[in-house]
Amino acid sequence: MRVGVLALQGGFIEHIRHLQTLGADTFEIRKRLDLAQPMDGLIIPGGESTTIGKLLNDLDLFDDLKKKIDSGLPVFGTCAGMILLAREIAGMETACFSSIDIVVKRNAYGRQLGSFFAEAEMTGIGLIPMTFIRAPYIESAGAGVEILSVVDRRIVAAREKNVLVTAFHPELTSDNQVHRYFVEDIILKQGKSNNFAPILN
Amino acid sequence: MNNERYELNKNLAQMLKGGVIMDVSTPEQAQIAEAAGAAAVMALERIPADIRAAGGVSRMSDPKMIRGIQAAVSIPVMAKVRIGHFVEAQILEALEIDYIDESEVLSPADDKYHVDKTLFKVPFVCGAKNLGEALRRIAEGASMIRTKGEPGTGDVIQAVRHIRAMTSEIRRIQSMKEDELYHAAKELQVPFDLLKYVHENGHLPVVNFAAGGVATPADAALMMQLGAEGVFVGSGIFKSGNPAKRAQAIVKAVTNYNDPKILAEISEDLGEAMIGINESEIQLLMAERGM
Repeated sequence: MRVGVLALQGGFIEHIRHLQTLGADTFEIRKRLDLAQPMDGLIIPGGESTTIGKLLNDLDLFDDLKKKIDSGLPVFGTCAGMILLAREIAGMETACFSSIDIVVKRNAYGRQLGSFFAEAEMTGIGLIPMTFIRAPYIESAGAGVEILSVVDRRIVAAREKNVLVTAFHPELTSDNQVHRYFVEDIILKQGKSNNFAPILN
Repeated sequence: MNNERYELNKNLAQMLKGGVIMDVSTPEQAQIAEAAGAAAVMALERIPADIRAAGGVSRMSDPKMIRGIQAAVSIPVMAKVRIGHFVEAQILEALEIDYIDESEVLSPADDKYHVDKTLFKVPFVCGAKNLGEALRRIAEGASMIRTKGEPGTGDVIQAVRHIRAMTSEIRRIQSMKEDELYHAAKELQVPFDLLKYVHENGHLPVVNFAAGGVATPADAALMMQLGAEGVFVGSGIFKSGNPAKRAQAIVKAVTNYNDPKILAEISEDLGEAMIGINESEIQLLMAERGM
């Protein structure tokens, strides 16, 4: 199994380390040439959504990635990644990939002083640590969207078909269960990858 | 500051990695920087090149100006305080600034003590020109480090010197036997536990950016290839002929710092770079402030 990690800006190394603990192969996506290789899944990391969104266009990556996501490539976005995958960004005229039927609010908890840590339930996984950094949350979700976690009455994790999003950063904790969920419940069940032997620990 | 808050502050720096943090002095400049792909902006009244030219005492910026920039952009906003000026830091915390830069670019307020950064909830980034300085700042509570470079010169030589000093010292610490670390901690004047972290992990316990004298996409890529995790660009952008274009090019250079073909493309036709001042022509070495 090979998972591409969008490595334009932000916390992509942390995702790669988590995937490696699960036994998945990874590669970084920084330019068009990187998309030539086969890919069973895609991660869009945290960082600044404006920066990553601009680089997606400037480096000519957007169209190819959108096509792949629209045709069912499993994708997991955290924080900025969730913003880029949302159908609508509150207060903004345009969205980016529009791959999941949610409306997100950017910087929804305020500035860095509003960043926080929590432990909460995520459907299909259980109790997990959640790190929110200048985080967004999901204001509303369409009927086809499965809400996976709610913290302080705000939706912070959701899934629609091949698209998984979290407002928090599981890659910043030592807990790899959300990545395991992405690999086992989305890539393995939806994709055609069969060359994967999960490391159980 | 409790441990959880310190972790969150280090985490914000992790999200800035692979990004460019740009000095801006007006809301309009901040918007140009954001549109060009800046991961954060540094709000300050005068960019380092002008501070250098003007001379005199240089202080924290007017809170009104900082608020104006906070209102103009959605990306993190940083601002500078003088070394050791903990009241300027309290004021910036009251403004809910996203990161405080305790900076040698401003006139130092204290020639002995840095701000006790553990007393604050907002994060601090500090300059360092070697491993000892970096670990001392981290011990004081800094959650991000940058090289000092030589601000406002457009000459990258000092930033190169600092990042090379840091990475080569880290390699030396890594190769030591554990019992040699005690002596190294004494020599470097740093806490043993932080040095042990470097010994075991081969990097600082916080994110490390390059700063000072970066003026071209090639400069930015050079710093990344030398081991920086992101880049601060001060005077290099808004002292150049075409700030928006140069800013975009530097952002792309930091993402594709290892791809000379892309670097060649984006380096084309950027207009006049800042003229700069040669290291040997300057009277005041800001990097010598705050050891």
